[in-house]
Amino acid sequence: MAGRRAARRKEPPPAPVTPGPPAPPRRAHLWRGVTPWLFLAAPLALLLTFTYAPIVNMVAYSFTDWDGVSPELHYTGAGNYTELLTRPELFEVFFVSGYYLAASVLQIVAALYFATILSFNVRFRNFFKGVLFFPYLINGVAIGFVFLYFFQDGGTLDSVLSVFGVHTDHAWLGTPTSANISLAGVSVWRYTGLNFVLFLGAIQSIPGELYEAAELDGANRWHQFRYIIAPGIKPVLSLTVILSISGSLSVFEIPYIMTGGATGTETFVIQTVKLAFQFNKTGLASAAAVVLLLIVLAATWVQRRLVPDDRVDLV
Amino acid sequence: MNRRTIPALLTAGLLLSACTGTGGTSEGADAKAPDDPSKVTGTIKVLTVRTDLVQDGTLKKYADDFRKTYPKVKVEFEGLTNYEAEVKIRMNTENYGDVLLIPAVIKKSDYPKFFASLGTQAERAKKYRFTDYTTVDGKVYGQSPVGVAPGFLYNKRIWREAGITDWPTTPAGFLTALKAIKAKTDADPYYTNFAAQWPLTSWTSVNGSVGCDTGATTKLVESDPWAEGADLRVGDTLLYDIVHDGLAEKDPTTTNWEASKPRMAKGEIATQWLGTWAIVQFQDAAEKAGVDPADIGFMPFPAQVDGEFCAVVGPDYNQGVNVHSKHKEAARAWIDWFTDKSGYAEDNLAISPLKDAPLPEVLQPYEEAGVKFIEVDDTAGAQLKLIDTESEVGLYAPDYRQDLVDLARGARKGSLDDFLGDLGKRWTEAQRSVGSS
Repeated sequence: MAGRRAARRKEPPPAPVTPGPPAPPRRAHLWRGVTPWLFLAAPLALLLTFTYAPIVNMVAYSFTDWDGVSPELHYTGAGNYTELLTRPELFEVFFVSGYYLAASVLQIVAALYFATILSFNVRFRNFFKGVLFFPYLINGVAIGFVFLYFFQDGGTLDSVLSVFGVHTDHAWLGTPTSANISLAGVSVWRYTGLNFVLFLGAIQSIPGELYEAAELDGANRWHQFRYIIAPGIKPVLSLTVILSISGSLSVFEIPYIMTGGATGTETFVIQTVKLAFQFNKTGLASAAAVVLLLIVLAATWVQRRLVPDDRVDLV
Repeated sequence: MNRRTIPALLTAGLLLSACTGTGGTSEGADAKAPDDPSKVTGTIKVLTVRTDLVQDGTLKKYADDFRKTYPKVKVEFEGLTNYEAEVKIRMNTENYGDVLLIPAVIKKSDYPKFFASLGTQAERAKKYRFTDYTTVDGKVYGQSPVGVAPGFLYNKRIWREAGITDWPTTPAGFLTALKAIKAKTDADPYYTNFAAQWPLTSWTSVNGSVGCDTGATTKLVESDPWAEGADLRVGDTLLYDIVHDGLAEKDPTTTNWEASKPRMAKGEIATQWLGTWAIVQFQDAAEKAGVDPADIGFMPFPAQVDGEFCAVVGPDYNQGVNVHSKHKEAARAWIDWFTDKSGYAEDNLAISPLKDAPLPEVLQPYEEAGVKFIEVDDTAGAQLKLIDTESEVGLYAPDYRQDLVDLARGARKGSLDDFLGDLGKRWTEAQRSVGSS
């Protein structure tokens, strides 16, 4: 805001309509070059300070043996990276991401389904939109605690099931498989709303007369989805898939708060946090974070290769 | 970004990060005890983990008492819920309070860089316990205001109802007792507090109790802690057996620490391995729940040497003075007063750090039973921490014990021998690499 106001004050006065002495062309040219940067100054400063500077720092730490607090740190070259790559057990935790990857397929399908339905005229559609988006607004820590009670022995889930006559004696977070499925379920609950809103926005940007025309041609709802909606939202769909994959590789909050990575629910980020804060190997943890960044970038790149981003042209 | 800017940025980052270290100017400074209390001035900030005592005003009452002796010193408190993590980050600057609890992450050899010395060990050890935990090159850098001893908190009523009146003297006897509790009462014989994580780490403090050995910490550094008959193996095997025999709570993954206190007071839980510091909290919980606080009992680890139990007395967090503090005398005065005169240890039913102070009343059964109190020598403490982080075993982290509990209840594949053997292997490998560097 501040940057914007400053920019406006410095703008040159509007050129007089009546012939007079022409504005000095060089200064006008200069201002035209500077103005966009003035607008960008604040966001760029924030971006550099809070995104790129920490990354540069992290990369720098990954070449040291820093423990996170000691004033002494030594340059160790690629030592941390060699250690990471020679310890395959550090990468075993990526199997856990498989659960979240599977869950995100479910999540995208559900979000797409609800977005399609609620983009047509349905009773209480705004209410349902709110209901679906609501979980995304809740703080992740709160969600973690709520679901701890939910999965507790005799907790919400067990009581709800017993209403339907199902009396499970199941410790939901008790075995690795069940715990990971439960946690992935929480993740679906939390993020479906976000995907749903993205899809809904994309669907509503499709011109309404296309549906009318399609209906005149005898297309049913499925045909409309298959030939109008699906191709119309392809860019958003592929963005969501990218977000889901990178999200599945870097799951953190929900398992960290609910199980702390116990019972086979440890993800790569939890492992990195533990290296940094439990074992005070900040250098090694930074290297692990860099490796994760590279893996996510690689996954995105491969995906963009496989599914090129064509321009959508419905009309 | 072109190819040339990336290495340039990297170098800049390295230079920047190298500058974050605190300079060596104030290293090795002393916080001397003031000669005249009326002349000490300044406002000092005390960092603490006891957010509860900050909120209910207990700490302020201590500060008011303190002002009676030191009228010109003002004491402010700052309670930190996530103490270790927050203080660690603040310690990259010079601004981390005047008095603080020494975080576990700081390497012992780095103490002189962060804290002002409180005096020589030779002089302080005459009056205080636990001095060797913070001694570097003969100088002491911290003092714990309370001493704690690990042990089993248990509900006396439930144990009586199960027909057990004497403390078990062997792990096998302990298991038999828990089985009797399971058979004869409705209580969970043992509660792991698996989800809260840190209660599991207190199993490391069986070290010393089992073999009644003051050199137990040195042994950890020099040999395999999970070798046959070693203290940690005995402790971890007991934990494994408790869970494996179904004597712990049904679903460990969703335990609740706060709720465990009233539940144990009411007799829904029979036993937990914690420490003397917990007694006062469980008694409070009993009062709030309307049951008799006297039901909360405390017993030593079920192992005897020559017919005697051993209880290891160790320090809680040690208080130190920030080496960059502008009011070192006032800070020192607070530490001395808080340790000697505040009554904090008695208020918490804890063991006093003063050598000549009597034991708290709750430990009277210990005295009657002739439990031997020992202090473990901590000279090898710094080396122990190095091996611990290098091996990533984490003696003071919950992870390996969570894995142990998972193993015991079948949520993880493998045998106990392999599990402990693997820990031992990682430990001894780290011993070698730390020793060689």
